[in-house]
Amino acid sequence: MKITQEEVHRIARLANLRLTAEDTARYARDLEEILDYVDQLGELDTSGVEPMAQVLHEGNAAPLRPDDPGRSFEQATALRCAPLSGAGHFKVPRVIER
Amino acid sequence: MQNYRKLTIESVRQGLLEGRFSARELAQEALRTCEAGNGDSGVFLSFTPGRALAAADRVDARIAAGRDIGPLGGVPLAVKDVIMTEGERTTCASRALENFVAPYSATAVQRVEEAGAVIVGKTNCDEFAMGSSNENSAFFPVRNPADPERVPGGSSGGSAAAVAGGCTPISLGSDTGGSIRQPASFCGAVGIMPTYGRVSRYGLVAFASSLDHIGPFSRTVRDSAALLGTIAGADPFDSTAANASVPDYAADLSADVAGLKIGIPPEYFADGLDPAVGERIEAGIGRLERLGCRTRKISLPHTRYAIASYYLICTAEASSNLARYDGVRYSKRSERSGTLSDMYRNSRAESFGPEVTRRIILGTYVLSAGYYDAYYRKAQEVRALIARDFSEAFAEVDAIITPVSPFPAFKLGEKTSDPLQMYLSDIYTITGSLAGIAGMSVPCGRSPEGLPIGMQILTNHFREQTMLNLGHAFELDGGFES
Repeated sequence: MKITQEEVHRIARLANLRLTAEDTARYARDLEEILDYVDQLGELDTSGVEPMAQVLHEGNAAPLRPDDPGRSFEQATALRCAPLSGAGHFKVPRVIER
Repeated sequence: MQNYRKLTIESVRQGLLEGRFSARELAQEALRTCEAGNGDSGVFLSFTPGRALAAADRVDARIAAGRDIGPLGGVPLAVKDVIMTEGERTTCASRALENFVAPYSATAVQRVEEAGAVIVGKTNCDEFAMGSSNENSAFFPVRNPADPERVPGGSSGGSAAAVAGGCTPISLGSDTGGSIRQPASFCGAVGIMPTYGRVSRYGLVAFASSLDHIGPFSRTVRDSAALLGTIAGADPFDSTAANASVPDYAADLSADVAGLKIGIPPEYFADGLDPAVGERIEAGIGRLERLGCRTRKISLPHTRYAIASYYLICTAEASSNLARYDGVRYSKRSERSGTLSDMYRNSRAESFGPEVTRRIILGTYVLSAGYYDAYYRKAQEVRALIARDFSEAFAEVDAIITPVSPFPAFKLGEKTSDPLQMYLSDIYTITGSLAGIAGMSVPCGRSPEGLPIGMQILTNHFREQTMLNLGHAFELDGGFES
């Protein structure tokens, strides 16, 4: 399947990535090659096959625990990992004009 | 210290209890050994001397008080840098997390430390565990201890090389499509991908959540059995961690494998397999037959579709998991100013290397409107067929023997230009990953150039004991090199 550079741009926007023109051309080629390869899955008739999203073991499906409050991070611990924080918050560029 | 590079869990224990060395002396020797060669080998991304000496002192205090030192007491251990270690840098070999200090430890890390292990450092790997050669590390590559011109395999290349190269007796890695087994094979170590859910993923930085595992590396099968037994088991912080009880793998280890039924799938010995590798694996199968195993041909007919299924599923999951690196909460933020949206895009562009970017793009594409059914859903249906192949095979046999990789370690730079060719090299390991079964690489001799070759032992869900027993019998029968 032909993958255009516009298509790669669209995908990069969805994924919040910024690509140079050179990267865009390269990823368009790579994507095309990989998608051509995976097209062989079309040879298989999978009608009636339940898709396998997880490895589930018998007797282990979604084990539940009591809903008791427990220890979690202190606010300061969580904020310590942030590149920019202040007054107990993560700081980001302004999104609403005054 | 004599023979530091050949230590095992048991020889550390004996040395400590007989007073031949203290845990502190051993930790210092470990740190010296690991740091000394690192400029050339690239095995470690960081060292954790404070943590190591504190852990060693706790072991020495227990010895002084006449208390038990724990199953891993005093044993130096290296941890792949995608596994969280509280208070230590955990970078995933990515610019995104270059300065990230983990606020908590993975459950596996907590368990090894409670068992007395001494963590000496964090090992290099492919960025976010995406790669088969360790060349995707954002910082520097790892060199294979058997030949520094060659890659150690990936993505857990540092953890494999740490053990095979004599830095630490045991290490932790992660395996999504072969990332423990393939570097174990390339470097000549024992490496295990446990059953999916056998070991908690809490604190393992997520790549593809339905495929990710933490697992052990070691020099002997017994040490991997002990390390696996320590880290396995249910965990309230990971709902996919299985409730099944954990056997004492090391205590139950038995070299009596007579009568076990072994399946040999011809699909794994077809075109593309290096003849030298095929020959070693055939010889390994012959040794198991002489130990009394009964071998027979089995068929895993959907093997040829595994790469396509795997690379659709793992990239889809990766694109979703890696959305969290937004430059706000803990990952790199770009210095370039702009709107919030510019900040996200610039930060992510500066965070991810080419392979990670490629996988996010592919994963986003296959999950995007109009393509989901054709790619992602189809891949999951094929995954179900591959899992069914294995469950049918395991109705007939106790274990399956295959090569780990089609070829021994290749040279640095040899395969970096063609991503699809690199993906194709994962063929023998990703089938087991998709099915969620257990798999292990044990050293099975060397190629004519002297490069290690690994033999893969696959067993059904939670049948790690059978896998370990086979590996153990193989090891005792003349050692790994014969």
